[in-house]
Amino acid sequence: MDMTIRINGSETPLPSDPRVSLLDLLREHLHLSGTKKGCNQGACGACTVLVDGEERILSCLALAVQYAGRSITSIEGLANGEGLHPLQQAFIEHDGFQCGYCTPGQICSAIGMAAELRRGVPSYVTDDIADGAVAFSHDEVRERMSGNVCRCGAYNGIVAAITETVREEAP
Amino acid sequence: MTPFTFARAADAPEAVRLGAAPGARYLGGGTNLVDLMRETIERPSALVDVTGLSRTIDERPDGSLLIGAAAKNTAVAEHPAVRSRYPLLSRAIVAGASAQIRNMATVGGNILQRTRCTYFYDDDGARCNKRSPGQGCDAIGGFNRIHAVLGASEACVATHPSDMCVALAALDAQVHLHGPQGARSVALTDLHRLPEDHPELDTILAPGELITAIELPALPFAVHSSYRKVRDRSSYAFALVSVAAAIDVDGGIVRDVRLALGGVAHKPWRARIAEDALKGRPATTDSFRAAAAAELADAAPLQDNAFKIGLAQRTIVAVLESLTGRQP
Repeated sequence: MDMTIRINGSETPLPSDPRVSLLDLLREHLHLSGTKKGCNQGACGACTVLVDGEERILSCLALAVQYAGRSITSIEGLANGEGLHPLQQAFIEHDGFQCGYCTPGQICSAIGMAAELRRGVPSYVTDDIADGAVAFSHDEVRERMSGNVCRCGAYNGIVAAITETVREEAP
Repeated sequence: MTPFTFARAADAPEAVRLGAAPGARYLGGGTNLVDLMRETIERPSALVDVTGLSRTIDERPDGSLLIGAAAKNTAVAEHPAVRSRYPLLSRAIVAGASAQIRNMATVGGNILQRTRCTYFYDDDGARCNKRSPGQGCDAIGGFNRIHAVLGASEACVATHPSDMCVALAALDAQVHLHGPQGARSVALTDLHRLPEDHPELDTILAPGELITAIELPALPFAVHSSYRKVRDRSSYAFALVSVAAAIDVDGGIVRDVRLALGGVAHKPWRARIAEDALKGRPATTDSFRAAAAAELADAAPLQDNAFKIGLAQRTIVAVLESLTGRQP
């Protein structure tokens, strides 16, 4: 079995103890503290990271060993040198945060959401499930981002930042 | 978490061989099991990762659909055959959890997830017969507005939390199993148990038995089907009541109907009483109301959850009205 994991492009050995969560591997072992531990039980979304570039998952509910051989992107892996990822820039411009604790998870989640929209993955508010396409809308963004809680209540800015960034590439 | 060993199975026979070890548990996406292990409610000594087993979704010549148990929830919900032929299943899956969790969770794991009864989770502060058999149940007499109104016992009033399983129950899904004694298949409606005197047993699975696939029989009228979930907030919450339904109406008469309820019982609740009451009857609001009332006639409320009995009836009627074009 492959005992390494790729984190933001760097090959990294997996911990020998299988109890280590992907979140704790990032924060405690690799000192990548951008990914946040909120509830540590899958209720808040603060720990959201991306698998193989665009599949959003919760790193708190993942054992690191389950992702052996896979590629993980955390918030630290999004910027291009000094240039922010477009969503990072949009969150600044739209006041998509106050305390900022949920922000890395929100941004990773939104990148995953954009990929799901491109694939036409339905949501609970999609009118016609049988139709392969999904129309981009305010309600679709809110429903699809419901796994990311913001206790400051910066939702209007978050939805605006995502809408501006994602709408351009939406079907 | 208590210490455990970790192994990844390449196929079902290897998984079953590894899973036969005392204290072994199969691991899907981990969205429920890892959480329960962190709370030390589950204390496996070995985890067998079965996410490498079949995850294909195949349309078969007899019109059935075979879904590998390692398929992710999202993969099932977005599959063209599921969306077009069994829309209630797609809609039930996307009603559950969050997008991140649906990307992790497998079909097999979704079926075997455990109750979210808060007393089951409160290892330090509450008695629970499901967690510690014979201990007693603090949900009865406690805060029980989320608990069961159908099929509960004096030992347990927990509900099954899955949305997906409610749709599978309505569809007569067959669950393919592989275990130390070989392979077999059971109806999803027979897989989960009512609590009776043994709420620690969620299902009829034998020790070491593994879910390998789900089979959906052909059901042409399921193109007219839906899933509606009523909850305390509009997204990312467990069901208070949910309804999966498919209906076939010909000349104003109900030719066939499938109906199942979530959030009301220890298992996904196939509403056969209501189905029998509807077949051959006019597809009218009065028929829907009478059938819903018959299904809930034996419901037994606890202190805080009597509202579920009326809510379940109104939701059944609303879904059937919507499917038959009686309201937008």
